[in-house]
Amino acid sequence: MLYREAGQFKASYQEDQQIFPIRQDRIGFAAILVFFFGVVPLVANQYWLQAILIPVLIFSLAAIGLNILTGYAGQLSLGSAAFMAVGAFGAYNFMLRIDGMPFLVGIVLGGLCAAAVGVAFGLPSLRIKGFYLAVATLAAQFFIVWALVKFPWFSNHASSGVITAQRVEILGYAFDSPVSKYLLTLAVVAVLALLAKNLVRSTTGRSWMAVRDMDVAAEVIGIRPMHAKLTAFAVSSFYCGVAGALYAYTYLGTVEPEGFSLDLSFKILFMIIIGGVGSIMGSFFGAAFIVLMPIFLNVVMHSVFGGAMPAGMGSNLELIIFGGLIIFFLIVEPHGLARLWQLGKEKLRLWPFPH
Amino acid sequence: MSFFFEVLIGGLLSGVLYALVALGFVLIYKASGVFNFAQGAMVFFAALTFVGFQQVLPGWTGLEAGGRAVFWLAFVLALASMVVLGILTEKVVLRPLVNQPHITLFMATIGLTFLVEGIAQAIWGANVHGLDLGIADEPIEWVMDSADIIVSKFDVFAATLAGVLVASLALFFQYTKVGRALRAVADDHQAALSIGIPLQHIWAIVWAVAGFVALVAGLIWGARSGVQFALTFTALKALPVLILGGFTSVPGAIVGGLIIGASEKLAEVYVGPMVGGGIEGWFPYVLALGFLLVRPEGLFGERHIDRV
Repeated sequence: MLYREAGQFKASYQEDQQIFPIRQDRIGFAAILVFFFGVVPLVANQYWLQAILIPVLIFSLAAIGLNILTGYAGQLSLGSAAFMAVGAFGAYNFMLRIDGMPFLVGIVLGGLCAAAVGVAFGLPSLRIKGFYLAVATLAAQFFIVWALVKFPWFSNHASSGVITAQRVEILGYAFDSPVSKYLLTLAVVAVLALLAKNLVRSTTGRSWMAVRDMDVAAEVIGIRPMHAKLTAFAVSSFYCGVAGALYAYTYLGTVEPEGFSLDLSFKILFMIIIGGVGSIMGSFFGAAFIVLMPIFLNVVMHSVFGGAMPAGMGSNLELIIFGGLIIFFLIVEPHGLARLWQLGKEKLRLWPFPH
Repeated sequence: MSFFFEVLIGGLLSGVLYALVALGFVLIYKASGVFNFAQGAMVFFAALTFVGFQQVLPGWTGLEAGGRAVFWLAFVLALASMVVLGILTEKVVLRPLVNQPHITLFMATIGLTFLVEGIAQAIWGANVHGLDLGIADEPIEWVMDSADIIVSKFDVFAATLAGVLVASLALFFQYTKVGRALRAVADDHQAALSIGIPLQHIWAIVWAVAGFVALVAGLIWGARSGVQFALTFTALKALPVLILGGFTSVPGAIVGGLIIGASEKLAEVYVGPMVGGGIEGWFPYVLALGFLLVRPEGLFGERHIDRV
């Protein structure tokens, strides 16, 4: 009854092309924004903000990045963490070396660095695809982390290679408190996610999907595969780079190159598989799932075993559950949690009548 | 000059080990088109299972610890576990995913990697175990005396073992009925099915053989550097080997392994110092990437032509 589009007619092209064509969706989306911008900062405590909400938002951004590349453009990448590292170290160096560099410009420049590196490592995708490309992106993963460790210039000659993020300040307002950091992260992620949502509906996004579905056919109908693939690499790496910069600035504060390991890349891949390959919304679901899962497991294990949990069992169980879930989702619901969301909406549309 | 040869031979010998792991990939890829990222985890699982059985068997059976009987019994049990693991993988993970895009299967094997690693450690614990195959890791004297090159006995043993394994696999593929069926399946699933080759059996056999190769690789690597989680990284070493050699070629895996092993060590010794060292981690990848740009199908791979 509530979720019904009857009577909502579109009388102009503009109306026909909006992101949320159904009024209830618009209201719902606005409500979600109001909730996360207005209500959450008032009710959430420091733990929730810093250990859950901020990382979920940051990983969502990275997952959107990988989703653009893997979900929309069909190019598998195992190097997302490396592009995050480029973003983090890029932003750090811009802020360090240029006086009065505004924070937001700094992270955008960090993202652009990541985009440039991403395009460089995306070049092989013009000749190779599939597994071969996955291996090529592994090269990026290993090479970039190695380079960030080996050349001390990147970490401003810190002996351990660890960088400490500068104070985040925008127009004289310092973002020190968890609430302000959360709001900053949320604002950046919301803007970029909306942008991504629009991008995948655009000509560019459609050419990505055409290349993903069948590259030869896409070429025949006049899409330039080279252009599509490289823009996908650039945009994807940009998103990962900005996520990396946020990871350093609003989440951890200090990061080292080794923190951006292959494991993190895999985690981001898992986020998009569980959340939904080829869905912006799914990136958020996946990130939330992957961040919350270990915490949830920990709580459950503690209540079951108490303090007598065998050492290391938690991390093993985590591996088993992650691995099992990946296989489960690939077999049972290849479109991930986002598909469940979509199904729910379709059911609501007919509710209370089943047909 | 002798130093150069020493590095080269050391590289070639470790290349044999890469080739051994890569072989497991090739076997499965050839027969089922699955790029099995979990091969490294399988190597880890195999070695850990072997060591685990070696430790618990004396208590269970009353056999003398560290004896021959325990060794072979542990070997057989570990092999049986690998076969079971392989067949389960085929049945539970891959069969429901038949006809899915290759990338989906690949991602499923990444999931499998985590699953197998978790299970292995949940059963046998996460400690580092030593593994003694009874062959000392010491230089061969006459080579050292005559040519002034240090070549480890163990490495030569490992290389010989790998060579024998590859040769027997080649013979198996070439001359047995099962081997012929395997090649038929590799060439064309549909055609093989239509002339009465049971696909499911063939896949089960392939996974079992891959499990066997993983066990051998795991034993050799484990004896070299201890049975520990790092064994799973052997998969990452084998990937550039595959790219270089082609995904579908057994000889390619061997040649690719040798090239990667040798060039990686030589690069580390001669190029490494110029850029700060530690390039062993990525050099094989960059080498493989450069190679891909020239010849995307690898040394021995099949040329693939896209048609509309």
